[in-house]
Amino acid sequence: MAEFFSSNLGIFLIIVGQCLLLTAFVMISLLVLVYADRKIWAAVQMRRGPNVVGPWGILQTVADAAKYVFKEIVIPAGADKTVFLLAPLVGFILSIISWAVIPFSENLVLANLNVAVLYIFAVSSLEVYGVIMGGWASNSKYPFLGALRSAAQMISYEVSIGFIIVGVILSTGSLSLVDIVMAQKGDYGFFSWYWLPHFPMVFLFFISALAETNRPPFDLPEAESELVAGYQVEYSSTPFLLYMAGEYIAIWLMCALTSILFFGGWLSPIPGLPDSPLWLVGKMCFFFFLFAMVKAIVPRFRYDQLMRLGWKVFLPMSLGWIVLVAFFAQYGTFGGTYARWVVGG
Amino acid sequence: MGITAIAFYLFAFTAITSGFLVVLARNPVHSVLWLILTFFSAAGLFVLMGAEYVAMLLAIVYVGAVAVLFLFVVMMLDVDFVELKSGISKYMPLGLLIGAVLLMELGLVFGHWNFAEDAQNLRAAVAPNMAETHNTLALGKLIYTDYIYMFQASGMILLVAMIGAIVLTLRHRKDVKRQVIADQILRDPKDAMELKDVKSGQGL
Repeated sequence: MAEFFSSNLGIFLIIVGQCLLLTAFVMISLLVLVYADRKIWAAVQMRRGPNVVGPWGILQTVADAAKYVFKEIVIPAGADKTVFLLAPLVGFILSIISWAVIPFSENLVLANLNVAVLYIFAVSSLEVYGVIMGGWASNSKYPFLGALRSAAQMISYEVSIGFIIVGVILSTGSLSLVDIVMAQKGDYGFFSWYWLPHFPMVFLFFISALAETNRPPFDLPEAESELVAGYQVEYSSTPFLLYMAGEYIAIWLMCALTSILFFGGWLSPIPGLPDSPLWLVGKMCFFFFLFAMVKAIVPRFRYDQLMRLGWKVFLPMSLGWIVLVAFFAQYGTFGGTYARWVVGG
Repeated sequence: MGITAIAFYLFAFTAITSGFLVVLARNPVHSVLWLILTFFSAAGLFVLMGAEYVAMLLAIVYVGAVAVLFLFVVMMLDVDFVELKSGISKYMPLGLLIGAVLLMELGLVFGHWNFAEDAQNLRAAVAPNMAETHNTLALGKLIYTDYIYMFQASGMILLVAMIGAIVLTLRHRKDVKRQVIADQILRDPKDAMELKDVKSGQGL
């Protein structure tokens, strides 16, 4: 048996199995997330939310997914058929492949790349193609305007997300997510994580993540009061489902990224308790709760305000922070808390 | 044939095919999409060579930023496809001529290509020991330590180019009303409004 699993075919099968396991995790959490999202908004607005299908309405998401799959796919007459159908696939697949590098513990990671951060950044910068292609291929005004807005918004906030991550990378001296989490391991549990030294950037990262995933208050690409539903107006059935799922997976990834970069990933917050992947999932759920709360309580931004915030506030702040962190790291100020280098140095 | 070889041929074939399709596609948006696929396969080739850092940067910079801007511009062009197709016979001779001249020039250059005698040795000398470093670290050392002045100089050139672009395009309009966020935040309800007690039937 052991012999078989060290042969080429065996290794291939193991990798396929791991991929399936990870996909299953993402898909199941997706079902729970959509339900949780709706329940949280409902609670904020003193409604009941989904409560009919299954006990407490838990199966509502499953019912919705089944409904989408069985509907007819409507393709507009003037649409570019290939690109129209390719776009939601691109969006969905790209949002799911970035999970390949997310570490759930030191060894529980599909691919421990030494450029994991760049990989995630590259994939998330590609996600914009799903939106642009969909908006353009629909051959209709509202989707097109929505796609242009969305593209500009995602590019703008990628810049600030990139700069914020650079600060963390400077402190770690590595682009590997496992190294980044291990650098946060310390005697003080919760207080040795990066959120403390990189305090202002945690907020900037969270807000940029909201904008990057087109979540309210930055959901301008699909501002229904102005654009009907943005780039997905013409989509129905499974393609729409793919867009929707891709969006939620991207949000869930951002939750994972926030927990890994600033809140110690799978490390336990209390010294003495064992580290476990469950901590990571717990942290991700907490950040998802924050995402949902923001949607429920914050009114939508206007587009020019959004751009101003991205380029004139976040960009200079994160750039300045990089310079500061570089100095702190180089000269080992604050007891070397900014320079937890694992290699080189 | 190992997996690496299969992957190489796959990426190389995709790169070349989509490169051709960039030129052949009638619709400019399709051209840009094929261009993206070309970049992507090039990134795959870099990964196969063990240069994963360069591959990721290629994906981020070219696919994630440059091609998005291309797509942005091309999508907003008002292209008349009928006219585009009818012009092909008119421009074909000129295009062929330019192509032929380029091909000839390239042929001349490659026909007389002289490698320096120690070029191979020089190439070997730059490569660091991969056992104790990885290519992000090696590139960082090379660019920010060994060639820091070159790096600074290119940074200055980019800065000048950026300022130039801004100066050329900045058109500050005075006749529009602008939002000043600081003023809005500093507004006080006490200065902004006044409470009046209105008697019924009298008005103010």
